[in-house]
Amino acid sequence: MTDALFVLFAVVSVGGAVGVVTGRSPVASLLFMVATLASLAGIYVLLEAHFLAAIQVLVYAGAIMVLFLFVIMLLNLGHDYRADLRFGSWSLLSVVVVGLTASVLVQGITGSEADAFGGHLADPAAAAAIDLAVAEKGAVGAIADPLFTDYVVAFEVIGLLLLVAIVAAVVLAKPRGRSEDA
Amino acid sequence: MLAPAIYLSAALFAIGTLGVIVRRNAIIIFLCIELQLNAVNLAFVALSRHVGIEGQIYVFFVMTVAAAEAAVGLAIIISIFRHYETVNVDKFNVLKW
Amino acid sequence: MTSPALAYAADAAVAADGWVPVLPGAMVLLPLLGFVLNGLLALRSARDSSAALRAGRDWSPLVGDRRPATHTLPTWIGPGVMALAFGLALLNFLGMPAEMHDPVVRSYWGWVVTGELRIDAALQLDQLSMLMTLVVTGVGFLIHVFSVGYMRDDPGYPRYFAYLNLFVFFMLVLVLGSSFATMFVGWEGVGLCSYLLIGYWFSDREKSDAGKKAFIVNRIGDVGFLLAMFLIFGAFGTLDFAPIFAGTEGQLAAGGALVTAITLLLLLGAAGKSAQLPLHIWLPDAMAGPTPVSALIHAATMVTAGVYMVVRSSVLYSLAPTSQAVVAGVGVLTALVAATIALQQYDIKKVLAYSTISQLGFMFLAAGVGAYTAAIFHLVTHAFFKALLFLGAGAVIHSMHHAAHRSHTDFDEQDMRNMGGLRRHMPITCAVMWVATLAIAGIWPLAGFFSKDEIIWYAAAWAGAESNPFAGPYAAFWALALLTALLTAFYMARLMVMTFHGESRTGEDARRHLHEAPGVMTVPLVALAALSVFGGWINVPEVLRSSFAGLFGALPMTEWLHHWLHPVTHAATSIQIAGFGEAAKHAPLGGGEATWALLSTLAAAAVVAVAVRVVGSRKFQPASLDSGPEGGLRLALYNKWYFDELYDAVVVRPVVALSRWCWRAVDNRVIDGLVNMTGSVARLAGWTTSLFQTGQVNMYAFVLTLGILCFLGAAVLL
Repeated sequence: MTDALFVLFAVVSVGGAVGVVTGRSPVASLLFMVATLASLAGIYVLLEAHFLAAIQVLVYAGAIMVLFLFVIMLLNLGHDYRADLRFGSWSLLSVVVVGLTASVLVQGITGSEADAFGGHLADPAAAAAIDLAVAEKGAVGAIADPLFTDYVVAFEVIGLLLLVAIVAAVVLAKPRGRSEDA
Repeated sequence: MLAPAIYLSAALFAIGTLGVIVRRNAIIIFLCIELQLNAVNLAFVALSRHVGIEGQIYVFFVMTVAAAEAAVGLAIIISIFRHYETVNVDKFNVLKW
Repeated sequence: MTSPALAYAADAAVAADGWVPVLPGAMVLLPLLGFVLNGLLALRSARDSSAALRAGRDWSPLVGDRRPATHTLPTWIGPGVMALAFGLALLNFLGMPAEMHDPVVRSYWGWVVTGELRIDAALQLDQLSMLMTLVVTGVGFLIHVFSVGYMRDDPGYPRYFAYLNLFVFFMLVLVLGSSFATMFVGWEGVGLCSYLLIGYWFSDREKSDAGKKAFIVNRIGDVGFLLAMFLIFGAFGTLDFAPIFAGTEGQLAAGGALVTAITLLLLLGAAGKSAQLPLHIWLPDAMAGPTPVSALIHAATMVTAGVYMVVRSSVLYSLAPTSQAVVAGVGVLTALVAATIALQQYDIKKVLAYSTISQLGFMFLAAGVGAYTAAIFHLVTHAFFKALLFLGAGAVIHSMHHAAHRSHTDFDEQDMRNMGGLRRHMPITCAVMWVATLAIAGIWPLAGFFSKDEIIWYAAAWAGAESNPFAGPYAAFWALALLTALLTAFYMARLMVMTFHGESRTGEDARRHLHEAPGVMTVPLVALAALSVFGGWINVPEVLRSSFAGLFGALPMTEWLHHWLHPVTHAATSIQIAGFGEAAKHAPLGGGEATWALLSTLAAAAVVAVAVRVVGSRKFQPASLDSGPEGGLRLALYNKWYFDELYDAVVVRPVVALSRWCWRAVDNRVIDGLVNMTGSVARLAGWTTSLFQTGQVNMYAFVLTLGILCFLGAAVLL
């Protein structure tokens, strides 16, 4: 059952990804992207990461993609597909290079199970510990506990980053000339 | 289930990279970058079963950064579009020299 | 006390404790102070002149009622610091115990302290350096006084005294330095001052070229000196005199290749500074400088630095009999060649210059035959009578110059063919120069007789030493030295006759303006004449006194210098005796020291008489009417054996051609090419890499991915 679901989600996410790259209009790409994100959320559930699955749907598929959609519609894009996609030897070469990169990545991570990450990071008890934490504190608490204790500094920094990003977005997107006219 | 998840992650990352390389539309390039980030997130989550809860916490941070990046990036695209009336990255080349 | 060496060591400890030198540093620094003060005045004077020039005024410090302070103060500063330095030197000289067997080394600060090398700025006071200091400051003082009269009417008066004081400073560093390195500082410093003073009238192209020639030829010798220092440091790990000479016998094999190399390289340095063959060519040209400079630098002091250095290193030379023979050979050949050239020169200063070279050759001969005391003895007496001859010539030139200037006639004021009969106009100068001439010719009882005779005698005596491997050459050197001594008598008598006797060739107008030199010039001349007479009496060999008691016995002192320098030279002499056996009591042709001394003074007197007769009977034309010798030996001598032409063909032209080639091929093509290439390579690299800056984001992403692939691939595969 789990394996079948994983295959289903995997196929959908890869298909969605290909759709993103080849989509004729930005809106189509965006919708393919949403499909990918959703199936990734499913895979997160299969990997026992329930909280992340929820955030994936809420934040990514919900908030960020909607933001993209707004921009696409705002700019009224989608009519220059031919000029958009590069064809020919360039694409072939890219496929080769990217494929090699991906395989090398995979090779690096899973080449030999014992050797992965130098062998010393793999903790056989990790899965059990996560499951125990989830059972004790709930899916949110299992993440939130280390986040607000061990990683609290990083958490606050990321909050600051978000604030800066918001201010920057406002400043960048504000139409300068017109506001002076107004 | 580590190995299949890693393969899937690699596949998504490759497709995302390919998208960055072959598309000219800035928005789509952006989407492909998000795709790459998601591929990495998947690897993090899969590995968290073998390493520890930290993997999932990193995913949390990556998502936040992705949100910030999307906000700023899209703002830049909007202001560039106001100037050039296009989002084709080949046209943005005045900083070339 | 069985061994004499032990006795010396015991004495030395007592003496070194007992004697404290009086302000040895001030002795050296006083001339430096003079240089600073005179130098400031010279700068001031130059500023005044250029200010006047800018203002368009025709101004000279010498015109007007009163001379500016820049041209009166040096009169007191220049000779003043010398008098003080001489006083200090005399004080130290008189205070120094004669039995002191270890030098007093006064170290001021560590000058070069790096790794194993340690060179102190230190002065070494011993019998030799004190004697040299006395000569440098004493004769130097007299020449400074003379200069006041000689250079009075020169616009560069303060600059002249600044250079002269600086020279004395460096000369004192040279003789008082306690290591080869400090000696080298003085060595280069006097070279610099020599260059500055030869080219003192630098606006004259020929004179500034003469300065350059002296400088460049000296560089060749200096390379030898430097290489010798490297070898010495390599062998001993120090450059200080005391430990080197104390530890030589144990560390260097007698007659070994290393000590021979060191001494031959030192000889090269000495030959450059002391104008010995084959590096003698600069000294005659150095006569372009003011005549008192020639007297001080190119006769009395600087050119004897080579002799001083060889005597200072006498221990090393005694360990290398081959080098000694080379030193003697170079010396006697130089003496002979220079003396022959002097026979056929007309420029009064050139004759004296070649005479100087010749006498320096005698000193080298002395050092080469191990007669180090005799070398220093001749150095001292030569300083007296050659300074006197040069200053006398200076007085003559001064007078001739004024005559030419006042009568508005143009003739070479240094050419003896334009002189003649000056005795009537300059009686004092004539008299003192005759004293010097007889002294240099070796006439008893003047200074040159004793010193030169001792050198010639030692050449003979060491030729007869029991196991001397170079007995044959030494005998030949002795014979050549005798011949040269007779030539000396001849050319000096010729100079005197041509200058002071016979018909006047100066011309009616000019002759009326000829006059005796002023008192400030004649007083030093008379003082030096007295020294030329009595200077030889500091070292009258005992044999002479006992053999011809009636003739020689009247002299007051005996072998004083020999005993005085004994602490410095005894080590070398004992090495030599250990190697060769005792010096012989008879010359190769038979006859003892006294016999040959008598013979040589009689022969010299005879030659002087003949020269006066022969030269006096010849009719000379003024230089403008005389075309010079027709051909044959006389022409060769007149042209100085064509040394300059030979060097020009063998060294100068090839070097110039090579330089030209280097300029055209190496500099213009290779060097410039390389420099330009760095530019064009950078341009090309910039142009090439700018091609990657397509401005296409996709391209960047692709290249980025490629880079990641490369790194990851390397990480995974390797």
